[in-house]
Amino acid sequence: MIWSDLWDVLLLRDYNTRVVLLGVALLGAASGLVGSFTLLRKRSLMGDALAHASLPGLVIAFMIAVAAGGDGKSMPLLLAGATMGGLAGVACILFLQRFTKLKQDATLGIVLSVFFGLGVVLLGITQKMDAGHSAGLETYIFGKTASMRRADGIMIAITALISILVTGVLFKELKLLCFDADFAGSRGLRVWLLDTILMVLVVMVTMVGLQAVGLVLMVAMLVIPAAAARFWTESIFRLALVSASIGLVGSVLGATASAVMADLPSGAMIVLACALLFAVSMFFGTQRGVLPRLWRRRQLNAKIARQHLLRGIYELSEAEFQDANPGHWVSLIDLLQKRSWNSKQLRRQIETAELVELVRYKTDQVALTSAGYAEAARLTRQHRLWELYLVHYADVATARVDRDADDIEHVLEHDVVEKLERLLDHDPIRIAVPSSPHAMEST
Amino acid sequence: MAMLAVLQGWDWQFDGWIMVVGVLCATSTALLGNFLVLRRMSMLGDAVSHAVLPGLVAAFLISHSRSSLAMFVGAVIVGVLTAMFTEWIRRFGRVEESAAMGVVFTSLFALGLVMIVQADHVDLDADCVLYGAIDLTPMFTFNIGAYEVPQAAVVLSVVTLINAAFVLVCYKELKISSFDPSLAHSQGVRPAWMHYALMVLVAVTTVACFESVGNILVVAMLVVPPSAAFLLTHRLGLMIVLSVVIGAAGAILGHVGAFAIPRAFGMPSTSTAGMMSVALGGLFVLALLFAPQQGLVSRSIRRFVLSQQILRDDIVAYLYRAGERHGEAIAKPSDLITELFSSAVPMSLALRRLVRQDCIRDCGQQIELTKQGEKLGKALVRSHRLWESYLVEQAELDRSKIHDKAEQWEHFTGQALRDRLVDQTSSTGLDPHGTVIPAEPKSDDDGPPDAS
Repeated sequence: MIWSDLWDVLLLRDYNTRVVLLGVALLGAASGLVGSFTLLRKRSLMGDALAHASLPGLVIAFMIAVAAGGDGKSMPLLLAGATMGGLAGVACILFLQRFTKLKQDATLGIVLSVFFGLGVVLLGITQKMDAGHSAGLETYIFGKTASMRRADGIMIAITALISILVTGVLFKELKLLCFDADFAGSRGLRVWLLDTILMVLVVMVTMVGLQAVGLVLMVAMLVIPAAAARFWTESIFRLALVSASIGLVGSVLGATASAVMADLPSGAMIVLACALLFAVSMFFGTQRGVLPRLWRRRQLNAKIARQHLLRGIYELSEAEFQDANPGHWVSLIDLLQKRSWNSKQLRRQIETAELVELVRYKTDQVALTSAGYAEAARLTRQHRLWELYLVHYADVATARVDRDADDIEHVLEHDVVEKLERLLDHDPIRIAVPSSPHAMEST
Repeated sequence: MAMLAVLQGWDWQFDGWIMVVGVLCATSTALLGNFLVLRRMSMLGDAVSHAVLPGLVAAFLISHSRSSLAMFVGAVIVGVLTAMFTEWIRRFGRVEESAAMGVVFTSLFALGLVMIVQADHVDLDADCVLYGAIDLTPMFTFNIGAYEVPQAAVVLSVVTLINAAFVLVCYKELKISSFDPSLAHSQGVRPAWMHYALMVLVAVTTVACFESVGNILVVAMLVVPPSAAFLLTHRLGLMIVLSVVIGAAGAILGHVGAFAIPRAFGMPSTSTAGMMSVALGGLFVLALLFAPQQGLVSRSIRRFVLSQQILRDDIVAYLYRAGERHGEAIAKPSDLITELFSSAVPMSLALRRLVRQDCIRDCGQQIELTKQGEKLGKALVRSHRLWESYLVEQAELDRSKIHDKAEQWEHFTGQALRDRLVDQTSSTGLDPHGTVIPAEPKSDDDGPPDAS
């Protein structure tokens, strides 16, 4: 039963399903696209504020329509009224930010609550008016996707097209605006104009979406896909693409679920689908996801620990045998005193290093292989070069340089090492700096 | 009389309680709202009040009743969770705070909607959540001794007391961790603990209030009074007091307004909760316009006063220079307007003031500098030319660039500064353009030529 339903939905057999699915897919993509810019501009909740701010506009439009005769339920008129309300809200927010020291969040809260309060007051009056019945005006706030009609679908399609076009044409300018508004201003871009264009896009998408998925859920469509996409990429172009795709996929998933199973409101299901995608992105997103970040940090820590082990063996064998050729056996007890590690950690490090054939291990003794030796010599060299640099150029006391060099030796790039060599070439050398392993191989 | 007609049907017993509940809501929220506004978390109230929906439904499903206590507990738990999820997503996912908030509250709200539909016999009224039912609060009463007290008033009094105690006891910690978390940390205050304590109280307060006033008014009461107070003062203590006063005033005005305003137009009364947030908005606009330091009107008045002062200086200096050139310090007002880039109204105001200060004389078509005015003009022109000399000799500026700076600074240069300038410049008595620098006007009589 469910499967055949699912099949019907996926094949878009039913006309109603077709309109709804296409509509929400486009809406999801458009709001994901616009949302990615508002996210970067740190205005994620702007949609929330102006969606609430549209209520008084909506009710006033209704009152005008009733006063002019008629039942006041003409959709284009209501939509125009709501849009005017939303735009007035945006204007107030931008005004307060420009002329007072109030921060963004406070201006959003003020405009949201006061405008909505005004809307409620007007609604309270209309409900007791004789002419026209305003019942149903509030359903605007909750939305009913299942009743989406062809006209709504067309409206959403137009909005989606406009937002794709505008963001495409103004991509470079919007990018600059999002990353550095002051710089954009200094390059002669009119920041307020760009901000206004962006906000008008938000208003458009919100107004169209309000009927489709409802107020709170429209806010979700503007915020969640963009926030989820942020985990996957650091490039703004890809962010916009990924965000639009997440919006699209989430919408289709949610709408399908609600079409297949009875009693699931589609708007809420769309948001939950997007939230699921957000959770997945937050944990697995390749760029900023929690798990990949943990993994990268583990990798770095492992690398640092191995380098510590190699340099420790190198320095010990150097001290004991005056040279540090591969094959000298060093005792673990001595090695244990080199750094603040316990014997368990040390043994684990030795085991992993043995796996990649950098060290050899027999009871309580450890030695470098020739590959391990080359690596250890390179590390020791970097460490000492940096120590020398700190003593000579940064005037760091000799007793302290070991710690400082410890921090940086793991991340020194090849060209930095070369620079250090050149810099220190003319100075009397007080610490034996091992020559570069590459030079040794050539002799 | 008209006033009385509008208030027909006003019942102190009933409407009084509504106002008390409104004032209590405003007080308890405004106390915390100050810190939300300072911490840039104003939207938290909005987030919490939407997000508690699944908590309400879950409480209903578990307890099979609409008992307020179960609902309250469920909502508070989800409210606190909202704050915590937001914080986690912000910290571990490195998502910007408002975006994290948006993700959390919309998802929870959607979850709540789905739960409502699944449990189809939940008679939760969405309207009640959105708009609140403050008009009905006096109906649900509770006996304390011999008095019948509305339940909401009791709950809100307790919440208000808790919030007031929290703000009083932790005032120093809240202040320091709101303004400078790092400093707070270094002083042994745990900013994170303050953060969570605040979050829990905001959740409790929001839940306690929204049953009676609705979630939008909770947002209004959390954000609007503190923002208005923020525009009125720079001191945190005063800001908290002002925000409570503004919140309470908004609540009272709101209820009276909801009762009276529509009636004045022959319509029935309207939503009290909505009108309260409109009243708060009105008070905010008043603060925005007339705040002594930062109000828009106050700021433009100050700017106008300053521009008048500068215009008067310019008139006097212009007349003095005319006197230098032609021997008599007279000019036509119409010439002054074009020469000094002014317009008719400010010019006539400035001239009238100068006549009253006895700096100029109005002789029909023209105006003439008096002795007093000549002294002022002399000081200004002297300042101007000394600055020009200084800029060329000490700052080594190009001669074409010095005029604008000297033109600005001459208005704020007193005799002491002029004496210093004399010390710093070569005493040829000529400015870089070769004009004579007039001597310091004698300061034996009153009327110091200091413009500053």
